[in-house]
Amino acid sequence: MPRITFPHVGESYRSFKMLMEDLGNEVILPPRPSKRTLDLGVRYAPEFACFPVKILLGTYLETCPQGVELIITSGGVGPCRAGHYAQLHKKILRSLGYQVDIVVFEPPRLYPLEFLHNIQRLNPHRMSYRAIYECIRRAWRKLQALDNVEKLTHKIRPRETVRGATTRAYRRVLEWIDRAYSLAEIEEAEQSAIEELKKVPQDPYRDVLRVGIVGEVYVLLEPASNLEIEETLGNLGVEVERSLFLTGWTRDNTWAETTEGLTVKEAALPYLPELLGGHGRDSIGNTVLYAKRGFDGVIQLAPFTCIPEIVARTILPRVSEDHSIPVLTFFLDEQTGKAGMATRLEAFVDLMRRKKAARRTA
Amino acid sequence: MKAYLGIDVGSVSTNIVILSEAGEVLTGLYLRTRGRPIEAIQNGLKAARESIKPGLEIAGVGTTGSGRYLAGVMVGADVIKNEITAHAVAASMLVPDVKTVLEIGGQDSKIIILRDGVVVDFAMNTVCAAGTGSFLDQQAARLNIPIEQFGELALQSTNPVRIAGRCTVFAESDMIHKQQMGHALPDIINGLCEALVRNYLNNVGKGKEILPPVVFQGGVAANIGIKAAFERALGMPVLVPEHHKIMGAIGAAQLAAEKVAGTGQTSFKGFGISEIPYHTRSFECDGCPNSCEIAEIYEGDRVIGRWGARCPRWDVI
Repeated sequence: MPRITFPHVGESYRSFKMLMEDLGNEVILPPRPSKRTLDLGVRYAPEFACFPVKILLGTYLETCPQGVELIITSGGVGPCRAGHYAQLHKKILRSLGYQVDIVVFEPPRLYPLEFLHNIQRLNPHRMSYRAIYECIRRAWRKLQALDNVEKLTHKIRPRETVRGATTRAYRRVLEWIDRAYSLAEIEEAEQSAIEELKKVPQDPYRDVLRVGIVGEVYVLLEPASNLEIEETLGNLGVEVERSLFLTGWTRDNTWAETTEGLTVKEAALPYLPELLGGHGRDSIGNTVLYAKRGFDGVIQLAPFTCIPEIVARTILPRVSEDHSIPVLTFFLDEQTGKAGMATRLEAFVDLMRRKKAARRTA
Repeated sequence: MKAYLGIDVGSVSTNIVILSEAGEVLTGLYLRTRGRPIEAIQNGLKAARESIKPGLEIAGVGTTGSGRYLAGVMVGADVIKNEITAHAVAASMLVPDVKTVLEIGGQDSKIIILRDGVVVDFAMNTVCAAGTGSFLDQQAARLNIPIEQFGELALQSTNPVRIAGRCTVFAESDMIHKQQMGHALPDIINGLCEALVRNYLNNVGKGKEILPPVVFQGGVAANIGIKAAFERALGMPVLVPEHHKIMGAIGAAQLAAEKVAGTGQTSFKGFGISEIPYHTRSFECDGCPNSCEIAEIYEGDRVIGRWGARCPRWDVI
């Protein structure tokens, strides 16, 4: 059985593990990125590379000594360095003596044949495409369940009456979803998880601010890489809505909710007519959409030296002014001290509260 | 008579203010933190107690600055606020229609944009030390000039000398080059002031609409050379308030007054805390691979605060 691993992206590993094992691979689970991960990544990655590269490399360096033969990752769309990082990782790992190979999944609509070829590399028992499809369907449903539950915690946390109650309940219900296998089980686990989370005591009258989170995909999806910003904001009484989830399911919903029926791309068009790689254009488009939906503010998360997000950042002050929505940017890197971020977040929350109060009295 | 205590524990200085109900500064203390915030807070409180007139009652306490949580649990603060809000509040007290606050301290610098008395935008320097007080301090020490005279010297400049401003390393090597070429010291120092202002405006002030009235505060505001450089770069007058060094503490005291007006009571532990032994301890949590560095503060032998955890494991005190 081929021994495989993949990057740690939030809670998604629970779904990928199931999928890869169903296809007949042995999965070596990536650990949650920690100080050790960062130390390893920083030691062996090029200094000027962006933060996600270092975390991913660190993650691989934690799993490779356990005998990993194959790493599964995704490519990048458009002119963003991340598109080359899989090859770079492979070179570095090989130079360190790990005989690993990397399978890079690019968007199937662009490279359909390569996609099928990649699937076959992860299919040692030569299962039929129909059987593979069934496995993917279940994994997809599990991913949706994980995203739905996480989304609910964003709504409950700012209203919880006991600090930390939501996080504790969330940790508990994740295990329920983790253990579910068949489609029916996954749906049942999701339902019970949602009910369990709703039992967390809440203050329905609390004045909660709504903040949209935009930015680069990895630092958005992996809380260990963004100093758990969503939890911190929740504790400050802010309901967050992240512009990106792995399933993209929410994004479709976002489009449908906007009265103008704008897509993110169209919303960004007046500011940035070009695709600049990564999620730069999405950051701008989503900020416009959040403003139109009456959010109190937007936070942009970007890895230090990330070109697409730097471009977006220089455009965002104009979006902020045109749509009268405060925007705060964080460039994330090796720092693990939360004080700087906490100060800015607290000030940002004060700013939004006073602005909201001023609007109410006006 | 009622008064309010404001404490700003920064990386370089610890400032303590006693504010009357009318908003006057009765006591304003500026002490060096010297890496020992607890000692600085205790010494400051001792000095503050000696300075007050009999019959003055502390009706509320606010803390701010990077050491605000530490100070907050020590003194029993009614309000613990970030320094951006505190500085904005203090500037609004002195100049009610202020639209821009420039603040340069020892380790950081910020810009705060206000409209109609409300903070609408702000930025703090994130990646760069060029443009903070520490660099000026360091250069003053290298040139063997007391930092207090730095500004006056800059004003004596007659001939502009350009110093690179993007990075302290570039700035220093530029300064050394110009000094070895034989340029006059006041010209070089003036060049440095302009470089610092240029760097601040390009970095912290990037994309911000700077409108008058502009208030300049923080330790570096004492430097009239920098003030003049700001006025030249912005083309508008820049106000430096009398208590520019302790504005954060003034804001914290004012915020405490507002908070106490609502609650009607203070949780201030009294000036006696300057006599109690406090100590801190830190350890690495072994609960998970995150290995969070947990710091604890003890009042006597009782833990009164913990920081640094990424999970609620250490929240219970």
